[in-house]
Amino acid sequence: MANLLHLNLRSVFIPSLSTRRHSSAAPRRHQFRVEAKVREIFMPALSSTMTEGKVVSWLKSEGDQVAKGESVVVVESDKADMEVESFHAGIMATIMVLEGESASVGSPIALLAETESDIALAKAQASGSGSSGSDQKTEAVAAPVAEPEPVSAPLVVAAVSASVSSPVVKVASTHPASEGGKRVVASPYAKKLAKEFNVDLGTVVGSGPMGRIVAKDVELAASSAAVSEKPKVAAVAAASAVQLGSVVPFTTMQGAVSKNMLESLSVPTFRVGYTMTTDALDALYKKIKSKGVTMTALLAKATAMALTQHPVVNSSCRDGKSFTYNSSINIAVAVAMDGGLITPVLQDADKLDIYTLSRKWKELVDKARAKQLQPQEYTTGTFTLSNLGMFGVDRFDAILPPGTGAIMAVGASRPTVVGTKDGRIGMKNQMQVNVTADHRVIYGADLAAFLQTFAQIIEDPKDLTF
Amino acid sequence: MQSSMSLSLSLSSPLPTKANSSTPRSIRFCGLRREALVSNLTHRHRPVPPQRIQRSRVQVSCASTSSSNGSSASVKGGFDYDLIIIGAGVGGHGAALHAVEKGLKTAIIEGDVVGGTCVNRGCVPSKALLAVSGRMRELHDEHHMKSLGLQVSSAGYDRQAVADHANNLASKIRSNLTNSMKALGVDILTGVGTIVGPQKVRYGKAGFPEKEVTARDIIIATGSTPFVPNGIEIDGKTVFTSDHALKMEWVPDWLAIVGSGYIGLEFSDVYTALGSEVTFIEALDQLMPGFDPEIGKLAQRILINPRKIDYHTGVFAKKITPAKDGKPVQIELIDAKSKEPTETIEVDAALIATGRAPFTKGLGLENINVATQRGFVPVDERMRVLDANGELVPHVYCIGDANGKLMLAHAASAQGISVVEQLTGRDHVLNHLSIPAACFTHPEISMVGLTEPQAREKGEKEGFEISVVKTSFKANTKALAENEGDGLAKMIYRPDTGEILGVHILGLHAADLIHEASNAIALGTKVQDIKFAVHAHPTLSEVLDELFKAAKVNTGVSVNEPVAV
Repeated sequence: MANLLHLNLRSVFIPSLSTRRHSSAAPRRHQFRVEAKVREIFMPALSSTMTEGKVVSWLKSEGDQVAKGESVVVVESDKADMEVESFHAGIMATIMVLEGESASVGSPIALLAETESDIALAKAQASGSGSSGSDQKTEAVAAPVAEPEPVSAPLVVAAVSASVSSPVVKVASTHPASEGGKRVVASPYAKKLAKEFNVDLGTVVGSGPMGRIVAKDVELAASSAAVSEKPKVAAVAAASAVQLGSVVPFTTMQGAVSKNMLESLSVPTFRVGYTMTTDALDALYKKIKSKGVTMTALLAKATAMALTQHPVVNSSCRDGKSFTYNSSINIAVAVAMDGGLITPVLQDADKLDIYTLSRKWKELVDKARAKQLQPQEYTTGTFTLSNLGMFGVDRFDAILPPGTGAIMAVGASRPTVVGTKDGRIGMKNQMQVNVTADHRVIYGADLAAFLQTFAQIIEDPKDLTF
Repeated sequence: MQSSMSLSLSLSSPLPTKANSSTPRSIRFCGLRREALVSNLTHRHRPVPPQRIQRSRVQVSCASTSSSNGSSASVKGGFDYDLIIIGAGVGGHGAALHAVEKGLKTAIIEGDVVGGTCVNRGCVPSKALLAVSGRMRELHDEHHMKSLGLQVSSAGYDRQAVADHANNLASKIRSNLTNSMKALGVDILTGVGTIVGPQKVRYGKAGFPEKEVTARDIIIATGSTPFVPNGIEIDGKTVFTSDHALKMEWVPDWLAIVGSGYIGLEFSDVYTALGSEVTFIEALDQLMPGFDPEIGKLAQRILINPRKIDYHTGVFAKKITPAKDGKPVQIELIDAKSKEPTETIEVDAALIATGRAPFTKGLGLENINVATQRGFVPVDERMRVLDANGELVPHVYCIGDANGKLMLAHAASAQGISVVEQLTGRDHVLNHLSIPAACFTHPEISMVGLTEPQAREKGEKEGFEISVVKTSFKANTKALAENEGDGLAKMIYRPDTGEILGVHILGLHAADLIHEASNAIALGTKVQDIKFAVHAHPTLSEVLDELFKAAKVNTGVSVNEPVAV
């Protein structure tokens, strides 16, 4: 559990490499010695007025040897960036305050283990000091939305390469200098990205000159790895990379997903689907795309407008005894990010115009990429959207994130032969949506009425731009 | 203390009266004279008796008289010229201008193009490219733009237009230099100059009859060319030096830069801004070995780590083969210490920035019994050329990259002026520690004087303490207004005397900021005096103001305390 708890220490919930790395050491935790020594590295006071400091960058990563007097971290105070040196020698066991995060002066920001065998103890100590019980609802969303860029079929999947015990299939680069795959030829930026995304370059096929691995290869590998983290989507892709017949333990993140998935079983959900014509919406999108409007923003706006007429679909059941009618309409949109899934929230989506909403969405995505989302930017959703349309998926159903009332799964819009009301046959672009809701508060008729309103807005979208 | 005394004295009676009756040129000249005197003093670290100050002032008046007759100078002793300068780079140009000002009949010999490396293949065109890269960086830094409230759609560039900008700038500066010399009456002789005997130079272009001219004194200012280590094959296309890189004929996807000194660093700034990825190959264990270690560390954090750059340190590029037959550029690396091969890397292009080698071949040095050392012309502290036996060669001087003392354009020019001062009857020794240096990355790096380790070593040897003060650009209002808070300025000084030993700046416009410090060192201004100087608010110059004010000097009250008037 230590891993999971450690996760909670972050103010930003984006699973990244460091957390996953812990899992490798976790099983050894029981072996720690009583005399083992673990020292805390504190947030120093760099000026008399400083009350808290922000970690700009860690100069050492977990597992690195630290000599006495060596700089380990760069801290930003109200005046300057300063490198902070370690008073002791040891091994960087756990980083407790991540880059970009702040901590008050005097609070521990990392743990330094004296010897390798103390690392486990340090990790235990770190997780013990973390608070528990934060709601990781983002995990529960059934399927990721690859909003920023559609993920094409993954060439190579790094799958669970973070875990030590998971074997990785080596893919020999075709680069002449790679000496038959012994050496990896990757451009400087590709190497940087690989480190950031924790992608093993040995598993990446290069598409650059002479088979060189370039940045986009790593990005592709990272995004396919991220997709493979989601049990549902990953199954096919991951198959090529995992060693058959082996048992691979969950990473921290997968553990969290698993826990939330189980939790969702206690909620009685049901599903209602609806097919709607998107010709008008597509035309509108084409018209205002150049002004920076995205399809995600249009869908969020349409959903929010429909929700204003059906407040019960925006409600939730917290205690099993009552309706909680939410005062604002906050549309959470599931996005697949490097190695994870997050649901940035468009707050008050019903009140903002489409252009503001689009700008807001871009900001959120940028922030999510930079791992700078604040908790209120991903935990305050009242209704969730999940879109797999860009994969060509025409319908799917989503698992309801605990704490909310409904989630809408949006499929691809595709040309369909339809019979129209005036008795003719025509070609129209049609899209299927499927809403999963908590039947304790939202009944079938509620959802049906909501979907009808939603379809009207989609089919006659002029109000979206008001 | 001494310097401040001389400063206040020179402002009293003799000078102002003289200034009234003479041309503006001689006023400037007096100023220069004073600076020179002080740098002499600081260099020697010993008090100067009052008589000496008196005497030098007399020389000033002599010199300025001669300068007013300068234009009609006739050369004494039957020489064609008073002074011949071989090489019309920045060093030769600076020397020529000053020589004319001092009334010497001067000729300059240029075998290639006026302006030398700096103007044609160095500082000048590279600044044009860096101006482009700086703007590209700004436009691409969405986060930065957004925090200023600006919205910019994606920026692109036209490679040929960028190259043209650099080329046009070089031609413009070249014609400025040429015109300034012609206007002053400097004879520009075209051809390769060779010293054929004492006070005699032959010059001529291939295919034309050679001519011989005589001069009372000769200054060698032939500069340098990019140094290419053995084993590296230059093709000018995929393996090239700064000469080719400045033409910007293409922008490779992946560029290896051999050498992480200021040339390599500047080019990494240019190429990464234009979309290349860069790999540094550095023979020493640390990148940017020439910089103050603290500045180097911060520079790595600002200029290397966040960019698309990686590096190999502690390795030599033993062999570099240009791309051909569809194969990329191959670089064989060996360990710098064990000489064992480490690995071979393959890139799209390699830029060789391993320093510069003196250009002294064909100068005819053997005719005056001078033996070069690794190509450099040996000189004493007054730039007088030494022969193979270490004896002074009369009437021959060498300035700039060719003597290797400090390979910077402005150092060459300062050395040239120093030589001309000596030729016109005034002893002068240039204080090299007062010469600033700058690296025009984004943000810039600049320095003057000693690095912290150098200062500590000197302090230990000579038995004085040193102190260091630092300030961050984050504490500067103007820098924050520009949203450019990255940066550090540090000053190394003597707490007992207030002498400034070195100043290092990394931050916005550092190259322009350094001069307050370098002038203070040149003039011998002490920290306790300069801290009272006022800086406009809010300006970047307050970064240095902060440094001066933060310094703690244990000496008594300064002589030069400002007085309210």
